[in-house]
Amino acid sequence: MSIDKNTVARIANLARIRLTEDEQNAMTREFQAILGWIDQLQEVNTDDIPPLTSVVEVTLPLRDDKVADGGYPEDVLANAPKQAAGFFVVPKVIE
Amino acid sequence: MSSLIELTLAQALDGLKTKKFTATELTQAYIKATEKCRSLNAYIVETPELALKQAKESDARYASGKALPMDGLPLGIKDLFCTDNVQTTAGSNILRGFKPQYESTVTAQLFRDGAVMLGKLNLDEFAMGSANITSAYGNVINPWSGSDPANAVRKLVPGGSSGGSAAAVAARCAIAATGTDTGGSIRQPAAFTGITGIKPTYGRCSRWGIVAYASSLDQAGPMTRDVRDAAIMLKSMAGYDPKDSTSVNRPVPNYLDALEGGIAGLRIGIPKEYRVDGMPAEVETLWQQGIKMLQDAGAEIVDISLPHTKYALATYYIVATAECSSNLARYDGVRFGQREAGKNLIEMYETTRAKGFGAEVRRRIMLGTYVLSAGYYDAYYLKGQKVRNAIARDFGQAFKQCDAILTPTAPSDAFAIGEKQDDPIKMWLNDVFTVPVNLAGLPAMSLPVGLSANKLPLGLQIIGRPFDESTVLGIGAALEAAAGFKALPPFHA
Repeated sequence: MSIDKNTVARIANLARIRLTEDEQNAMTREFQAILGWIDQLQEVNTDDIPPLTSVVEVTLPLRDDKVADGGYPEDVLANAPKQAAGFFVVPKVIE
Repeated sequence: MSSLIELTLAQALDGLKTKKFTATELTQAYIKATEKCRSLNAYIVETPELALKQAKESDARYASGKALPMDGLPLGIKDLFCTDNVQTTAGSNILRGFKPQYESTVTAQLFRDGAVMLGKLNLDEFAMGSANITSAYGNVINPWSGSDPANAVRKLVPGGSSGGSAAAVAARCAIAATGTDTGGSIRQPAAFTGITGIKPTYGRCSRWGIVAYASSLDQAGPMTRDVRDAAIMLKSMAGYDPKDSTSVNRPVPNYLDALEGGIAGLRIGIPKEYRVDGMPAEVETLWQQGIKMLQDAGAEIVDISLPHTKYALATYYIVATAECSSNLARYDGVRFGQREAGKNLIEMYETTRAKGFGAEVRRRIMLGTYVLSAGYYDAYYLKGQKVRNAIARDFGQAFKQCDAILTPTAPSDAFAIGEKQDDPIKMWLNDVFTVPVNLAGLPAMSLPVGLSANKLPLGLQIIGRPFDESTVLGIGAALEAAAGFKALPPFHA
């Protein structure tokens, strides 16, 4: 499958990574090579093979629906780039 | 005091128990060693005050006869493990200055057992790399580069992503270190630096508090001077943790017992698909020597086939990048880490992530976003998961015929910084022998078996059945005894 610069720009937007024009061009070339290499998987017949999502053959454990942790807002906020009055601060979202 | 740093972990424990020296003396010797080895750039942060405080507490326990299983042993911790109030960067600019307010389960268990922390070890950014050249904190230099590694003509890579861990253990500025392994990140650097490293079965060690790369593949493990040390340290690191839903609730055996039994009658599988194009003859020769050593120790050699091996790398770069694109979505400049200004929320996200992540991390997030995106999900991600199953089934079939598998760890000895950097796929090929093991979730160990023509270490890999680290360690002990690898890097503390 080939990939063009518009697709790379769309993926960068989805991934929330700003790319310059030059970076988009370089990434397009790299992706063409990488995806060309990945395309070798198409030659494997997987008609009768289910997808493997976990190598651990256990069902996810359930625990009681009770609060088991918390009560330390200072720790939660300790690494915030910006905080005020016990909240994380972000640029204005609603005008 | 230089002789103290020559001791293995097991020997140091003996010396501490018999009061030949104190934990404080041992720790002081290692603090000096870390200072002497700074040219390797193995540590991002050194924590000598913390180490001496922990050593003092350890000495008090020895004095009162209440010593713990790893009491007073000075370890380096890969900077992917969150450590309480000690900067944890994952090798990335985006986490510069990040001080977790909690301790990862694995490091908490090591401290529970009395271990001392010398500092946080350098790594490829978010553990994405095979050469330790993607860290925002600089390249790590392999102590095998020469007697003055930082000024060597060919500055060799230590392998990656646990390059700082490998370099520190090889150069004796840590008695042992923690590593993590998503596609070979413990085993390949262990092979490149002449040390021992084991990636346990997926689910054996808790992933809680380890900065996530690809959650269905990541697994922590010890990097040590020898197999015995790996057995001691793995015992402390392993075990069920309710905070990691994929951690498996099974008893952790006493791995030291596994070293005693010998390997007579064990069937060792040799996969024909691990002879890859362009592999140097000396790697093949080493493999044959390893086969002979195990045969002489009483093992039976069995030819096996792992037919989907050649698809493992491409599969890995679908599965791992998809998971990383999801895991790394949390770095948005809001709750922790670095933030770049933006006139609105989206612009703040985009500039923060553009500036905070290095080229390889951006490449993998983008690739993962692509293979998960609408229209490409079935062709790439779903296909990758199916081929992953085919690879895992290959191993299941093989283990009907054998008890463990012997392969080379890496297709070459350590290469130089700058080599293989023009093409990401060429770099990724380093992990051709290690990646299939992660896809199948199996335990595997690398240990040094010989030297290349360049006088650099070469390793062999032993792969075991799920949760059968004991057999892997037992075969490792036999191979280690037969190989008698004693070479030291030209530069060490």
